[in-house]
Amino acid sequence: MKISFLKIISFFLVIFTIVVFFIALSIDKRYSTENIVGKKIDNFKIKFLSHDQIFENKDLSNDKYHLINVWASWCLPCKKEHPILMKLSKDDNLNLIGINFKDKKKNANNFLKNLGNPYNIILSDTDGSSSISFGVFGVPETILINSNQIVIKKFIGPLDTKDYKNILNVIYEN
Amino acid sequence: MKTKFLIIILLMLNIKLSANENIGIDTKIFKNLRCLVCQGQTIAESNSDFAQTIKIVVRDKISRGSNEKEIYEFLSEKYGEWIVYKPKFNYINSFLWISPYIVLILGGYLIFKYFRKRRQ
Repeated sequence: MKISFLKIISFFLVIFTIVVFFIALSIDKRYSTENIVGKKIDNFKIKFLSHDQIFENKDLSNDKYHLINVWASWCLPCKKEHPILMKLSKDDNLNLIGINFKDKKKNANNFLKNLGNPYNIILSDTDGSSSISFGVFGVPETILINSNQIVIKKFIGPLDTKDYKNILNVIYEN
Repeated sequence: MKTKFLIIILLMLNIKLSANENIGIDTKIFKNLRCLVCQGQTIAESNSDFAQTIKIVVRDKISRGSNEKEIYEFLSEKYGEWIVYKPKFNYINSFLWISPYIVLILGGYLIFKYFRKRRQ
């Protein structure tokens, strides 16, 4: 049986197209945190919420884990995760840093007055640009970093009981 | 009168050209960045909160002297390579980069062969 050259080429073209589609479609298009986890956080300079002084990453103490929580008063899921943050604030081995994202100072203060303040440090990112350094694209997002400022975990969306246990596990396992 | 008119037109053209030069780099970058919270929109097209923030960051980086490549690298590091529309050339996606050329060469060869056969 004679197979024409055209048929062979056509066959390879079909295989080639399938392979191209397979590779293209198997690329993970979802936002993932893998680009940030395990890396040191960028140098940052963010203003405090209560005054005009600047907080930098060199101001982070090097004897504790730090939990950076990006939140806003207008964000409903932030209200949902707030009790978890309040529980975490009782842990002495964890330094809670809140970055108030694209919010009004008055509203942010009211939010904390009504629901309680879990944060050791509260910073204000009024235009959201500083949060880009943490790979943030919405609120709430939470980043757990160790004393060397290496990202251990990143949580997208509101923290839940499972995340709470996860955070404590990381702190007390090491 | 004609000369004056021509000069005015030329001046206007010149202003337009220089304005285009100024808006070039940031718009070019916005068009090559994917809005991660939108449905198939670029940062340039989107008015979402995320897109607005990325625009601020890109303009800030440009004003601090970062070039296009550095900006893409910074954002890819934070959000993954998916944020850039034009993917980087590396060993994983090299096949996707080269494939159009392979298809073009193969297609050209087939057409050439077809016409040669017809002529014979």
